[in-house]
Amino acid sequence: MKNNRHLKKDFKDIKSPSDIDRRDFLKYLGGGIVIAFTFGDKALLAQRQRRMPSDFNAYLLIEESGNIKLFTGKIEMGQGVITSLAQMLADELDVRLESIEMIMGDTDRCPWDMGTFGSMSTRFFGPPLRAAGAEARATLIKLASEKLGITEKSLQAREGIVYDTTDRNKSVTYGELAKGQKIAKIIEGEIPVKSPSELKIMGSEALRQDAVEKVTGEAKYACDIQLPGLLYARILRPPSHDSKLKNTDLSGLDRFSDLEVVNQDGLIAVLHASPDVAAEAINAVVAVYDTPGSSINQETIFDHIRKNAPEGETVDSGGDLGKGEEESEIIVERKYLDGYVAHAPIEPHTATAMIEDGHIYVWGSTQTPFPAKDQVAEAIDFDPEKVHVRQVFVGGGFGGKSANGQIIEAARLAKITGKPVQVAWTREEEFFYDTYRPAAVVRIKSGLTGDGEIKLWDYGVLCAGERGSQHFYNIPHHVTKVHGSGWSGRSSVHPFRVGAWRAPANNTNTFARESQIDIMAREAGMDPLEFRLKNLADKKMIGVLKAIGEKFGRRDNLPEGHGVGLSCGIDAGAYVALMAEVKVDKSTGKVKIVRVVCVQDMGLVVNPEGARLQIESCITMGMGYALTEDIEFEGSRIITNNFDTYDLPRFSWVPKIESYFIDARNDPPQGGGEPPIINMGAVVANAIFDACGARVYQLPMTPERVLAAMPG
Amino acid sequence: MNKVIHFTLNGEKVSFTMDREYTLLWVLRNHFGLTGTKYGCGIGFCGSCTVLIDREPVRSCSVPVSDVEEHQVVTIEGLSVNGHLHFLQEAFVKHDALQCGYCTPGMILTAYGLLAKNPEPTYDEIVEGMEDNLCRCGSHVRVIQAIQTASEEMKGGKKL
Repeated sequence: MKNNRHLKKDFKDIKSPSDIDRRDFLKYLGGGIVIAFTFGDKALLAQRQRRMPSDFNAYLLIEESGNIKLFTGKIEMGQGVITSLAQMLADELDVRLESIEMIMGDTDRCPWDMGTFGSMSTRFFGPPLRAAGAEARATLIKLASEKLGITEKSLQAREGIVYDTTDRNKSVTYGELAKGQKIAKIIEGEIPVKSPSELKIMGSEALRQDAVEKVTGEAKYACDIQLPGLLYARILRPPSHDSKLKNTDLSGLDRFSDLEVVNQDGLIAVLHASPDVAAEAINAVVAVYDTPGSSINQETIFDHIRKNAPEGETVDSGGDLGKGEEESEIIVERKYLDGYVAHAPIEPHTATAMIEDGHIYVWGSTQTPFPAKDQVAEAIDFDPEKVHVRQVFVGGGFGGKSANGQIIEAARLAKITGKPVQVAWTREEEFFYDTYRPAAVVRIKSGLTGDGEIKLWDYGVLCAGERGSQHFYNIPHHVTKVHGSGWSGRSSVHPFRVGAWRAPANNTNTFARESQIDIMAREAGMDPLEFRLKNLADKKMIGVLKAIGEKFGRRDNLPEGHGVGLSCGIDAGAYVALMAEVKVDKSTGKVKIVRVVCVQDMGLVVNPEGARLQIESCITMGMGYALTEDIEFEGSRIITNNFDTYDLPRFSWVPKIESYFIDARNDPPQGGGEPPIINMGAVVANAIFDACGARVYQLPMTPERVLAAMPG
Repeated sequence: MNKVIHFTLNGEKVSFTMDREYTLLWVLRNHFGLTGTKYGCGIGFCGSCTVLIDREPVRSCSVPVSDVEEHQVVTIEGLSVNGHLHFLQEAFVKHDALQCGYCTPGMILTAYGLLAKNPEPTYDEIVEGMEDNLCRCGSHVRVIQAIQTASEEMKGGKKL
């Protein structure tokens, strides 16, 4: 019953690492029709691309068999690009969605890519992908015209077959056309793509293309790669990030048979064919550490941030703050706090590595396979050309699987032991080594006239980052200052590493901005929706807000203890508003989110089904940072270490969710994996206030904090 | 002091030689190659390692393999028959009740256990039955819909 399917390795390789011309490339692929294209930074690409010609970073291949393959360095981690990218290609190429095979994140077979993050795959990859599909279709029609002796004008492509429109019996399949061809084209300049009215697959509901593999357990993640003689590693971990190892006693390991013990350059590990034995063995290692104490914890971190935040950089300004203050009749000055939040994907960081004939093969849960390849090469002193990162599914990323620590560990251990190795972080290691969403402070001083016109906006965000910091309201006198990027790893401010967390910085910025807007609306005695509309000039945002008001419906017939909140924002090019109804238990401070309505303007919606899934995903995941998720720590010692002390959203939390899209099919598609989550802090905070008058300025809004903020 | 234990795995009689105690999760994955069962937390909290023991969902990360002696174990690989998806798996596909897919095998087997006991659960009963399975991607709404669809099919005569 052993599963040997994944022992088959694809050793096909390009010999020359540089200056590969297109003919060689085609030879490598085995003939057919290749259309390559570029997105992103060409200069960066030319510098990084090693295995492939340097002027493109994705390509599609129509094989002589008629198979269609799309090769991209992007990865699938649940966000659904395996489906939406295939939809875009299928539509332009006039083939069935199911006929496209996606080859993703394999560093040999796919061109270089910086990584999968920032809701960029559909936005930036989409337009050139569509152009490549259109070019491929035009090429096929031309070939069909030659083959059938019929003018191109009389030909039409449908589901992988080119027909004579006047005589349907005259037809030829894409496979027949690709046979014997050695065509390689690179997309340059503008290629006409289909108009919105011609689209059949884009904009239609498509189920996930990876669903069957995932419901049968067939889908392979990094932990599922089984190799002959594979050893499972456990690594000695310090009690805190600041701890220094003083001495160790490994004599307790003598009683284990068939155990590999590694003690090299600070890496102490035990490896065994059974994870049970490896786990028992690592516990038998006695280690003594020097662990410095620290007074920084999840309560004192905010003072620490205020004192140690870097100088601010003005990212947006206009008018004169002094004048703004003069023109204002009401001044609102507030401070908002966010704790550290974990990514907590259900798949912990895992990597399997094997060295054979001077090459290393790596299967890792990573959002950044190409950077991983370089990191491995450096860590074990290998020629990058001899490092091969293979395609696997990633069990959730959310920005947290980009550092590749586990991949480097697996590579080092494979090199030291000479055996295939799997490093699968335990849940405790996953919490310990996570790059949390940074704790942050936002200070806002704003002013408005008595009839509700905002005149002043003085905004400073400490240690969260810039994304989403710039307001979009019509405010004459304003400054936005950003102190620290918030996701540059460990810094002098944070006691451990922090990083990008789904819609980085924007959750923090939107919580602060939209809470402040709500407070001002109440000060002006206005309805929060009307107040926003009064202070907006941005047509897209006005459209989204008007729509959500209609979709949410009546707000005046709520049961006792219920309240409604509103929050809006811009992320990854998408405009998004949420309205939420919550119920607050006034005696306990416990909040239940009852209903959430989302309206999103994300341009052309490539896969409405996939986009709705992402909205539901953002709302469900976002309840966690809004209500419960908070890493407990003392200095660099992380106290939260498993799901029993870190409350993720559960089935009973799920509200009624309604999702709507603004019809903007003539606009290019925008990001979908992140935008709605930015609103979850403020929409809940504003609804809590509406329900019971408690204004909560700190995330998560735990029952204790809600109770403490309760009036009277 | 090796001991051989016998049990039924996905309908087949199997045996496993124990030179010590092992965790069911790792035996299923590493000895039997059934990698659909996933490690998530190691403390029986998240549910991604759920398998059925005598049709009852159990957290395999917290079960010693010796406990399954003479019992019937079903993993996600045992649900589809001759390459045909089980209707519960089909319901998950139909509702897109998954994203990254890592928690999915555990979700499906927990749902199986729920429906085995209660073929017509109410919304609240589904929530209660699934409450201790964690999904970070936020597919909860769809998982509930998938279970409702599977329950409908059971009303129509389908058997688990």
